[in-house]
Amino acid sequence: MTTLTKQPDPGLSAGGPQKSRKRGKPAADFRGTGDLKTALFFIAPAMLGFVLFYLVPTIRGIYLSFTEYSILGDPEWIGTRNYERIAKDPLFWNALGVTSQYVIINIALQTILALGIALLMHRVAKSTLVRGALLMPYLMANVIAALLWFWMLDYQIGIVNQLIEWLGLPRVAFFGSEQWAIPTQALINTWRHMGYTALLIFAGLQAIPNNVYEAASIDGSKAVSTFWRITLPLLRPVLVLVLVVTVIGSFQVFDTVAVTTAGGPVNATRVLQFYIYQRAFNEQDFGYGSALAVILFLILALVAFIQMKFLRGNQSDLD
Amino acid sequence: MMNKKAIGAVAVAAAAALALSACGGGASGGAESAKGEISYWLWDANQLPAYQQCATDFQKANPDIKVKVTQTGWDDYWGKITNGMASGTAPDVFTNHLAKYPDFIKTKQLVALDDAVANDKVDLGQYNEGLAELWVGQDGKRYGLPKDWDTIALFYNKKMAADAGLTPEQMGSLSWNPQDGGTYEKAIARLTVDKGGKRGDEPGFDKNNVAVYGLGLESSGGENAGQTQWSFLAATTGWTTTDKNPWGTHYNYDDKRLQDTIAWWASLAEKGYMPKLETTVGANAADNFGAGKAAINSSGSWMIGQYTGYKGIDVGIAPTPAGPDGKRASMFNGLADSIWAGTKKKDAAIKWVEYLGSAACQDVVAAKAVVFPAIKGSTEKAAAAFKAKGVDVNAFTQHVKDKTTFMLPITDNAAKVSGIMKPAMDGVVAGKTPASSLTAANEQVNALFAK
Repeated sequence: MTTLTKQPDPGLSAGGPQKSRKRGKPAADFRGTGDLKTALFFIAPAMLGFVLFYLVPTIRGIYLSFTEYSILGDPEWIGTRNYERIAKDPLFWNALGVTSQYVIINIALQTILALGIALLMHRVAKSTLVRGALLMPYLMANVIAALLWFWMLDYQIGIVNQLIEWLGLPRVAFFGSEQWAIPTQALINTWRHMGYTALLIFAGLQAIPNNVYEAASIDGSKAVSTFWRITLPLLRPVLVLVLVVTVIGSFQVFDTVAVTTAGGPVNATRVLQFYIYQRAFNEQDFGYGSALAVILFLILALVAFIQMKFLRGNQSDLD
Repeated sequence: MMNKKAIGAVAVAAAAALALSACGGGASGGAESAKGEISYWLWDANQLPAYQQCATDFQKANPDIKVKVTQTGWDDYWGKITNGMASGTAPDVFTNHLAKYPDFIKTKQLVALDDAVANDKVDLGQYNEGLAELWVGQDGKRYGLPKDWDTIALFYNKKMAADAGLTPEQMGSLSWNPQDGGTYEKAIARLTVDKGGKRGDEPGFDKNNVAVYGLGLESSGGENAGQTQWSFLAATTGWTTTDKNPWGTHYNYDDKRLQDTIAWWASLAEKGYMPKLETTVGANAADNFGAGKAAINSSGSWMIGQYTGYKGIDVGIAPTPAGPDGKRASMFNGLADSIWAGTKKKDAAIKWVEYLGSAACQDVVAAKAVVFPAIKGSTEKAAAAFKAKGVDVNAFTQHVKDKTTFMLPITDNAAKVSGIMKPAMDGVVAGKTPASSLTAANEQVNALFAK
């Protein structure tokens, strides 16, 4: 399992160790090797975990993507045949489309709502209780949240459809109809994640120094223009970070789908991660599944790179 | 992950070495392999008490052996077994399914039982006809001893039928054809009632506001060859799932007879006689029947306990309708117990499997009235046990007596076939694609066997 689902993570965490190495090197030069042993000792647990659970499975996953492998028996090298088959696989392209649809709905709504909530937390809701309550959905396990909504939105016995019927409207097959299945799941995860995303943005808001705002109000800036001209530009690095992290997380949607629609109706929710799982674990085609996982990894690396590059995520306007 | 795998690999290697050395030591194996604890897995919670009883009885007779019975739900069962085989922790003995065992043979995960059957003189003639042969692989070796069987019938709500003016005799002699649905469709239409109280065959019936559906819908059946959904209809037209069975290499979902059957079945949802597929996601067809939302549900004999257990619902069981040729048809599925090739207790496992396949255990299962055991005598005892509970199971046993059964299709690539057929069949039953679209899916399926 880890081999496949965690694969995209090394791309993200790779930035971590690299950065610390850059910072660590000059220090080692200055102080000699005396501290190196201690340093290695402290790095070892994280390093061991990284190598064992990320690096090795990633390399093995890439290797497996060039093989035919059914978990029982030995992998058989077949070159790039898996990738050639993927290019012609309508279900892969469908999965890509369905996943993109999910990501767009999920990220657009989640970011806007989280930004709004963060502003409210910053300006209005200063009570720790209220701020804490916003995090509640995030504290729930993904699967539990998905199952709760699955039950509440059920066509026959769900409370939401009872309400809809009382309002005199026709019942909605939230999970059963092809039009609704993806938006429904995107909304559930928006609900679950927006509090946490708001918290990240809120931290960014607090980092904006107050004197900027004071200067603005002295110059007669209104609240709206202060938001557009000061808050948003100064928040950009944080927003980029939030976007990179949430987009990657969003692309990897799996558990909600797995416990509710399992790819259906027809192929409406056969998102990439679920398709990978289906090919690898249900159909025992681990080679094909690994190749799909490598492709997802490359897509995510590209998306993260584009976001960092064009939104200048590593620079701040505060300097 | 890696280190676990490595340990797993070492364990497998060790197990293989042990198994090999055991084989080298003589046919009967060493004493170590004939005693100690063995693990046994099954997926049906309803059957757990029966097999726990078998294990207790077996341990009394074989004080050297301890059997640990574990039940895991169907959804997780196969994943756990496969992962266990890869990591060396699979159960010594497990309940096996016809759709799954070809893959296990291919990857050499099962112990052939031919020697054991010959040495211990297991009487294969004691089982219901055809069940023992189902577990012989393409290599001619035997990989399981039959434990039970199941067929399909119609569960119906007796009060609703009486209200609709349908007698038990009429329900028991339904006929069907793919053109107009015969008396089967007439009964389904009659049993459908909209919210205004109008029946499905009356003028002014509102198909968009149905209170009780004549026929319940579980799923499109694409993933399991329509076992409980449409296979009992399609087979009466002379259609077969594959070119031969077992071990077919060509599927026939492009056949007009099958496509006409599916088109007729899907039309019931369009007519308002059956729920739409989109409303079944997350729903349980049996529970909807229990809640009085459907009048007839086609289902398998393993569901007898569930259907007769709903409070306040008087359930009748009717045989599946006769087809165009005047004969009925039902898929015949049989489970068996198999031994994992990685077991360290091969001799104890063989003893346990032979006990599970013997009348001693199957009579215990029969007495609990949960399934039909594979042994002929035990089947009769189970029917009697059901009768004592007030359930007439003739509709299920009749298929075996009349020899109107056909076998669940056994082929390689079963999981991949399901992966292709489920969305394809979903599309047709949902009314999104015509039945002729199954031809394209069939081509994809047959391409799996081409290489």
